[in-house]
Amino acid sequence: MKELLTIDDISVSYGNIQALKHVSMHVNEGDIVCLIGANGAGKSTLLKAIVGQEPLVSGTITYDGELICHAKHLDPTAGGKRRKSHSPTFTTDLIARKGIALVPEGRRVFADMTVEENLDMGAFMVRDDALIAKKKEEMYDFFPILGARRRQKTRSLSGGEQQMMAIARALMSSPKLLLLDEPGLGLAPLVIQDIFQKIAIINQEDKVTVFLVEQNARMALKASNEGYVMENGRIVLADSSAALLDNEQVRAAYLGE
Amino acid sequence: MGSVSEFFQHLMNGLTLGGIYALIALGYTMVYGILKFINFAHGDILMVGAYIGLFVFDGLRGDAPLGVWTFTAFLIAMLVSMAGCGVLGMVIERVAYKPLRKATRLAPLLSAIGVSFILSNSAAWMFGTQSRKLAYPFHNDSIVVGGVVITPHQILILAVSFIMMIVLKLFIDNTRMGKAMRATSLDQDTARLMGIDVNQVISLTFAIGSALAAVGGMLIALDFKVYPTMGTMTGLKAFVAAVVGGIGNITGAMVGGILLGILETFGVAIFGIPQGLKDTIAFGILIIILLVKPEGLLGKAEKEKV
Repeated sequence: MKELLTIDDISVSYGNIQALKHVSMHVNEGDIVCLIGANGAGKSTLLKAIVGQEPLVSGTITYDGELICHAKHLDPTAGGKRRKSHSPTFTTDLIARKGIALVPEGRRVFADMTVEENLDMGAFMVRDDALIAKKKEEMYDFFPILGARRRQKTRSLSGGEQQMMAIARALMSSPKLLLLDEPGLGLAPLVIQDIFQKIAIINQEDKVTVFLVEQNARMALKASNEGYVMENGRIVLADSSAALLDNEQVRAAYLGE
Repeated sequence: MGSVSEFFQHLMNGLTLGGIYALIALGYTMVYGILKFINFAHGDILMVGAYIGLFVFDGLRGDAPLGVWTFTAFLIAMLVSMAGCGVLGMVIERVAYKPLRKATRLAPLLSAIGVSFILSNSAAWMFGTQSRKLAYPFHNDSIVVGGVVITPHQILILAVSFIMMIVLKLFIDNTRMGKAMRATSLDQDTARLMGIDVNQVISLTFAIGSALAAVGGMLIALDFKVYPTMGTMTGLKAFVAAVVGGIGNITGAMVGGILLGILETFGVAIFGIPQGLKDTIAFGILIIILLVKPEGLLGKAEKEKV
């Protein structure tokens, strides 16, 4: 199977705190891959690094055979001090244009814009008006609640509706790789189930590769093919999701059994 | 005294002045909306716009008598001035503000004050400190409509400023780049995730704001003098208008500008504030707004982000 995303030995620091320590992992084309771990383990940082929002201290990120992020090496002129320069090979907007869409943590909807305008922004890179209109109709079919609220300001939507809107917005550009940062955070169990069902459909029918980060380990492992477990900025376990669900360590630490 | 017609007379004068304030206030508010920074060189851009317009108009007009050509020449001069200031605004942003985008918030502010001095002093050096007068582009014989005296200049000022505001509003609300500007002002990081080139949006914002200031400068030049520091007080008042309307809010800048123009006119004409104290009206209003509704008339109270 083809590796769509390859993360090789990356580290990210916030000042003196190392948020990611030599993380390596990969996402195969067509899969749903999940990354579970406690709050503060570095999961969101990893997603931000992929889209070029966090500079790498070491390592490389390759997407679809192309190097998209790499670390700038130590700067000898700065007296051997590690310079925290912004290192991604591509800026975030250029990475987005390559077909990676991130649904960020906390949804980050454009609250003062309507649902429809938010979707228009998701399609900013698409220059074909007919295609945009078609995509919007698809989204309104797929998430009927968004169709009903298309002229409402996004701030008036509930948390679950905003999450659906953030996912729809990310899908407007027809990405190859969809990154989801805690899609279930703060939502009611039924709403979470609904969202995970949608994610499965997006993966199976639209052939979008999905990489999701979740604290809700059970939900995430059930929804995915492959799983990684992160602790304190390191990958500590990697296996098929089914095997992780049976793993004693995982069951004790993340599934509360 | 026909007090009703007198009221409309002052309203007309206030609207004219307010339209100009609004055009200039838009530049402050658009830049603030995206960069959270007050471009204190904005007032000097309107001065540059007035000079460009004046020179281009003089060159085109030659000795032609007032008529269709002089009016056309005025409009061409306005377009050239808009283009010139648009480019100037983008260059200033690239050279003086962009390198400081990650610096403390005070740094670009100081840089802006520096740019302001450079612009006004360069104008004084190149064109002299004496004030100039823009020749009339058409006859300015006032007409009386229902007891209200209106000059053709006022009609032009009103028409141009309101057309510019409507076009801007349509652009911001309906076009792809306009929506991208709004998205960028709401959440820059997420805008980038959509594939929006934020640097490009920022350049566009400076270009549009500066082009509107150029129009404001030329409209001022119709009735007032052109001199190197002409932008200082007007720029400051337009900034007050932007704050009164709610800085960062486009409609707010329009409302704030028009309101300020009307209140200044009424303050002198109706409430009897001496002409010499006219400039204090704007700042008095600023103090009241900051005390009563600091986020401005149309601004939203911003919650501190944790």
